[in-house]
Amino acid sequence: MSDAPLTKDSAANPPPADALVVLDSVNKHFGALHVLRDINLTITRGEVVVVIGPSGSGKSTLCRAINRLETIDSGTITIDGAPLPAEGRELARLRSDVGMVFQSFNLFAHKTVLQNVTLGPLKVRRQNKAEVEARARTLLDRVGVGNQADKYPAQLSGGQQQRVAIARALAMEPKVMLFDEPTSALDPEMINEVLEVMRQLAREGMTMVVVTHEMGFARSAANRVVFMADGRIVEEAEPHQFFDNPRSDRAKDFLSKILQH
Amino acid sequence: MLDFSFLDLDEYDLFGAFWMTVQLTVASAIGSLIWGTVLAAMRVSPVPVMRAFGTLYINIVRNIPLTIVIVACAQVLAFRLEITLGAGPDIDDRNFRLAVLGLVAYTSTFVCEALRSGINTVPVGQAEAARALGLNFTQVLRLVVLPQAYRSVVAPLANVLIALTKNTTVAMAIGVAEAAFLMNEMIENEARPLEIGVLFAAGFILLTLPSGLLLGRLARKLAVKR
Ligand SMILES: Nc1ncnc2c1ncn2[C@@H]1O[C@H](COP(=O)(O)OP(=O)(O)O)[C@@H](O)[C@H]1O
Ligand SMILES: [Mg+2]
Repeated sequence: MSDAPLTKDSAANPPPADALVVLDSVNKHFGALHVLRDINLTITRGEVVVVIGPSGSGKSTLCRAINRLETIDSGTITIDGAPLPAEGRELARLRSDVGMVFQSFNLFAHKTVLQNVTLGPLKVRRQNKAEVEARARTLLDRVGVGNQADKYPAQLSGGQQQRVAIARALAMEPKVMLFDEPTSALDPEMINEVLEVMRQLAREGMTMVVVTHEMGFARSAANRVVFMADGRIVEEAEPHQFFDNPRSDRAKDFLSKILQH
Repeated sequence: MLDFSFLDLDEYDLFGAFWMTVQLTVASAIGSLIWGTVLAAMRVSPVPVMRAFGTLYINIVRNIPLTIVIVACAQVLAFRLEITLGAGPDIDDRNFRLAVLGLVAYTSTFVCEALRSGINTVPVGQAEAARALGLNFTQVLRLVVLPQAYRSVVAPLANVLIALTKNTTVAMAIGVAEAAFLMNEMIENEARPLEIGVLFAAGFILLTLPSGLLLGRLARKLAVKR
């Protein structure tokens, strides 16, 4: 893995804090189940927010709502000042500014690694093919899979696939990246190679929302930890503050459980 | 036992008849693949009106005997509405086009259902990743979901193609001079039903067997590895 920057503008420090993603009184139900309860959350430019909480607490739904893979019932979500549109062209454009990395990688199985990374820029942004391919190869080099460009996803290890998935999202030059448990499906020896790519992104000032239980990552890369339980944001704090001194009983209980491992 | 001495290829244009069968099959296969894909896209579309149309079309057309579909095409389109499908005054040409239209209308329902089951084999995460990149509904379908769906339904589509090849014999009902049309004529003239039956059965096996085997190999080769 090279130390070259993963994004174009690699300003050492994030620009002055201003709101990039704003969730205001967001509510969401699945049938009778109230999965997001009155969520208020502001993510500023360049900030890295780790979302943590027990299984079923609504972390994935929160991520998916931010680029509207799930609809919400009430409240508003704005990205860089623009409210999320309901459907159609505007929504697709807004989504292209939000990169998403899934737990199960979801690389396009019928396309090569390179084609996975070039599809978005070619078909959504309609950028020049030669330039897009050159940029894709650079990105693949930077996440350490440059020599796998012509392989198919099934031929790669999980860690390699997830790094390709990160490159695929970065190729769109997104304003914010969402990671939904990016290392949960990985064998233990592959977790670090993915986290290292994410740390590098964080250092370069990328705005990130990361659902993860990797406390090492949260401590070293996050500006803030958001703790969710039962669809609510129960606690928000600096990583050290949260892990060393949780205030709520729910968080104490949760941390004692994951710390036992 | 079997005596083929009656067979006079100058009198009976055997190859011409089977050539017509091939033409009907190829034209209808292409049309069915296109219209069947459109129908499948409608059936998975987020627009309720489209879904309703797709479902209604499939459930009506698939359940009508093919002969009736083709005769209805001829009766209604050609004789009642005098639509000739751009064939001009040539009756044979017009009948060919009507037969293809009927075969496409019917066969596309089976293509659609095969494709829809293929779409269901594509993990939902594939479409979500595509949507998350900012691709719109048709792009998600065209670039990500359908290419994978097609690969998983080559084998079922081969069955549809074989059925279609045999179904072209129904075009006889509106006077298209394909294989079965000639077969009927020969049986009437020669009083050799057994030999003639064997001859035409062999002809159809010769057409369908290679395409079936070929598509079977293709199916294995194209299978998407996950
Ligand atoms: N598509 C869905 N339909 C119905 N219920 C769902 C759906 N997706 C998630 N849920 C439910 O919503 C709750 C929150 O899920 P999720 O956001 O995936 O939690 P987390 O990611 O924190 O584990 C869970 O109880 C889950 O079972
Ligand atoms: Mg989850």
